[in-house]
Amino acid sequence: MFDLHAMNLAFGSEIFLIVAGLAGVLAGALLGDKFNTLSFRFGAVSLVIAAIWVALAPQGAVAFGGLLATGPFVNFAKVVAYLSAAIALMMADGFLGRHGLKRYEYSLLIIFASVGIGVMLSSANLMTLYLGVETLSLSSYVLASFHRDSQRSAEAGLKYFVLGALASGLLLYGMSLVYGFAGGTSYAEIAAAEPGIGLLFGMVLMITGLAFKVSAAPMHVWTPDVYEGAPSPVVAFFATAPKMASMVVFAVILYVAFPQPEAFKNWQLIISIIAITSMLVGAFGALLQTNLKRLLGYSSIANMGYGLVAIAAGAEYGAQALLIFMSAYVVASIGLFGGVLSMHREGGMVESISELSGLARYRPAFAMALSVLIISVAGFPLAFGFLGKLAIFEAALSAGLIPLIVVLVLSSVIAFGYYLRLILVIWVNEPAAPFEKVDGWVTGTVFLAALASIALFIFVSPFSDLAGAAAASLIL
Amino acid sequence: MDFPILSAVTFLPLAGAVLIMLVRSLAGSTSEDTVDNRVLYCGVVFSIATFLVSLVMLFGFDRDNPAYQMTEQIDWFSEISYKMGVDGLSVSLILLTTFLTPIALIASLGSIQHRLTEYVVAFLILETFMIGVFCALDLILFYVFFEAGLIPMFIIIGVWGGVDRIYASFKFFLYTLLGSLFMLAAIVYMYLSAGSSDVVILENFEFGTGAQTWLWLAFFASFAVKLPMWPVHTWLPDAHVQAPTAGSVILAGVLLKMGGYGLLRFSLPMFPDASELFQPMVFVLSVIAIVYASLVAWRQTDMKKLIAYSSVAHMGFVTLGIFSFTEIGVQGAVFQMLSHGLISGALFLIVGVVYDRMHTREISAYGGLVSRMPIYASLFMLFTMANVGLPGTSGFVGEILTMVGAFQASTWAAAGAALGVIFSAIYMLTLYRRTVFGEITNPDVDVLKDVNFKELVCLVPLAIGTLLFGVMPNLIFDLTRESSLRVLAMMAGG
Repeated sequence: MFDLHAMNLAFGSEIFLIVAGLAGVLAGALLGDKFNTLSFRFGAVSLVIAAIWVALAPQGAVAFGGLLATGPFVNFAKVVAYLSAAIALMMADGFLGRHGLKRYEYSLLIIFASVGIGVMLSSANLMTLYLGVETLSLSSYVLASFHRDSQRSAEAGLKYFVLGALASGLLLYGMSLVYGFAGGTSYAEIAAAEPGIGLLFGMVLMITGLAFKVSAAPMHVWTPDVYEGAPSPVVAFFATAPKMASMVVFAVILYVAFPQPEAFKNWQLIISIIAITSMLVGAFGALLQTNLKRLLGYSSIANMGYGLVAIAAGAEYGAQALLIFMSAYVVASIGLFGGVLSMHREGGMVESISELSGLARYRPAFAMALSVLIISVAGFPLAFGFLGKLAIFEAALSAGLIPLIVVLVLSSVIAFGYYLRLILVIWVNEPAAPFEKVDGWVTGTVFLAALASIALFIFVSPFSDLAGAAAASLIL
Repeated sequence: MDFPILSAVTFLPLAGAVLIMLVRSLAGSTSEDTVDNRVLYCGVVFSIATFLVSLVMLFGFDRDNPAYQMTEQIDWFSEISYKMGVDGLSVSLILLTTFLTPIALIASLGSIQHRLTEYVVAFLILETFMIGVFCALDLILFYVFFEAGLIPMFIIIGVWGGVDRIYASFKFFLYTLLGSLFMLAAIVYMYLSAGSSDVVILENFEFGTGAQTWLWLAFFASFAVKLPMWPVHTWLPDAHVQAPTAGSVILAGVLLKMGGYGLLRFSLPMFPDASELFQPMVFVLSVIAIVYASLVAWRQTDMKKLIAYSSVAHMGFVTLGIFSFTEIGVQGAVFQMLSHGLISGALFLIVGVVYDRMHTREISAYGGLVSRMPIYASLFMLFTMANVGLPGTSGFVGEILTMVGAFQASTWAAAGAALGVIFSAIYMLTLYRRTVFGEITNPDVDVLKDVNFKELVCLVPLAIGTLLFGVMPNLIFDLTRESSLRVLAMMAGG
């Protein structure tokens, strides 16, 4: 009944993470506060092992009677998500230490959130999908309010929870409708079901719920608030691993469960509209922000809009573009949040854009690295982000989505207005008081991400081949 | 495989920039406001070395061979490759770039008073991207260089510019970016249609008439902003006025030429039908640009703005010549680009000379310079005449040939352009009379010193170039003839 080999292929890394997480709980219970420091390394190492576990057998398998099914496409996302979660975790170490929040629960929550990511990526059934989404979400709510003494953090957590619960409700409602009209919960059964108005309703509600998770407009309202309020290392996590996973899950559901031409036409229209709104909201919303984290929040809304363009292009054209674009976004984002985490002065963290003023004068190399990341996330040449945007252009043109391309161009130009403002503040303005040195993990991540952004721009070939192979597996 | 000379020319300045950055950060100098001219000398050495390497390239170039030469190709990803190669058109523009960059850097000596290291680094990086634009034989690679150059220029205007530098740098950047992104969409479309972004393959690929129209418009959106053409020229006066002198030299001398280069390299050969279709529109826009910009230039009170508008007018001749689709017109347009690169660069330097002394660009603040600065007045006279198009200077050759070419295509366009020649005489001579002649009314002018050695080093090579190419235009024509003919052959054959 149980095919252990397939189980390992499809779910081994998650089982490992669950065991690691539970072991962490035990260790915490036995060692108490002594485990706090160690737990971050423990968590990061577990996540890296999980990533390697997946990377060693990317072909995946079907397990648990079809509840879980993995393939190169989702495994690609898993590797990126686990690695970025590990880095986000290590970056949190110093920050939490300074704020007296260095507790082992943090790393365990990141591990469990990653388990959620793994489950939702592996799922081939609405039931497992929902389990995964909720595991991720519940961990995220707690993480958002992890800074218990901070009013803003608590507010962010509450906002995230209330709106997130609503979105989960919509998702669940959509799933129940889909189940009712398709007569089954597995993607294959849904794909084979007779199209009809009921199924359409269910699909729309599911899209709504998922759009919330990827913070696509008009379900984006929580994003700037949570980005601003939640502790910065938590946001560094939110902006990377879950974003990567949610977008890929979004794509998988639409590509695998609703592939019929008629359904495709319907969801392509809906996704296009969401993409357009996200791109515009993200571009305009960020223009007047003064808080760097809020700005990055809007920037992520716009970038998810670009990602949705790739999804709207359909599996054949969009899948590879989505992987390349999201990877570029994750690399740049994690570096940028490293930048946010290094904005530390005597008396605590600062978040206003003007605090970056004249950074280039006293830390030119660091300023250069940040600029590379900004250029990458803006999708400008010389950094990986450009190739991501190029791939999306290619996908959208192949699919003939001309209006989306026009909006993409316009919103990119508007968005560049605020990315440029960041570069300007860093390079041109008179220097503000220098930041204090923060721990090596944060600085190292910024440099590493900048280097990776440039290296992947120049030597992209193996990477894009990998993404191409992963995407091709989805079509077969 | 031969020595990759094109990559060497392209990336030598970048290597210099990296080296300077490394040495500076190892030296640990954090007092960024002390001016250490050694950095600038390093930059000059690297840019001159680049010029020498580009001369080597010139001597290795076979001017009777119309095909792309010295090609290098390395796979990048998918069907896109790092492909470099030059023909006569690119060689001439690369030489212009490598010639102007050392001059621009030398001109900065003493006039840039803060953050010199970053300044030199930005200039060298910019040079790499500019040369890259003219070498790239892959559309995506071209786009990368084309766009990447915006960032150093943005920083140059934004950090070392005038009072309104922030506004000007944003305007410059976003204007150009908007045009370019439409071009990117077009490039991706071409890549998908032809299965390759290789310029040589795309030149031989025939796009349908409908597709050509859209692709042409998308490319034109980018090049028209870059050139700039009326009515998307408005970023140029702002950028020029705010940019430091050296920035203006490079902006007018090289960056504007990318637009003309793009039209010749891509729009005409790849979309011949659409180019034919839009010829009247381009003619109308060019004539408007020539006449309107000349009239606007006449009314300017700021010297740099005047020269900026005159650039718009002179670029109008370039588009006129290109779209005449005649050999004489295209050759004239290429010549006009090179000549304008020298002349406008020189004029911005001329303004810079007095600006460094007086810190104002208002024409009314000057007057009577001739009695205090005779050498300056003579050089200024030479470049004024060259800008007007006096026979014997390179300005004449470019204007007359583009007009003859345009005349063969449309009498009215040539007539309108001729009007512009008259206007250019009016505004340039007015400028010259009001600044150089007359009584000295401003006491500050009374104590001015004539051009110093540094300024002569910058201006004299440009003067020599202007006169040399005015008397012996064949030096350039021999170089660019085969590529001009090739463009026209592809127009006719496509």
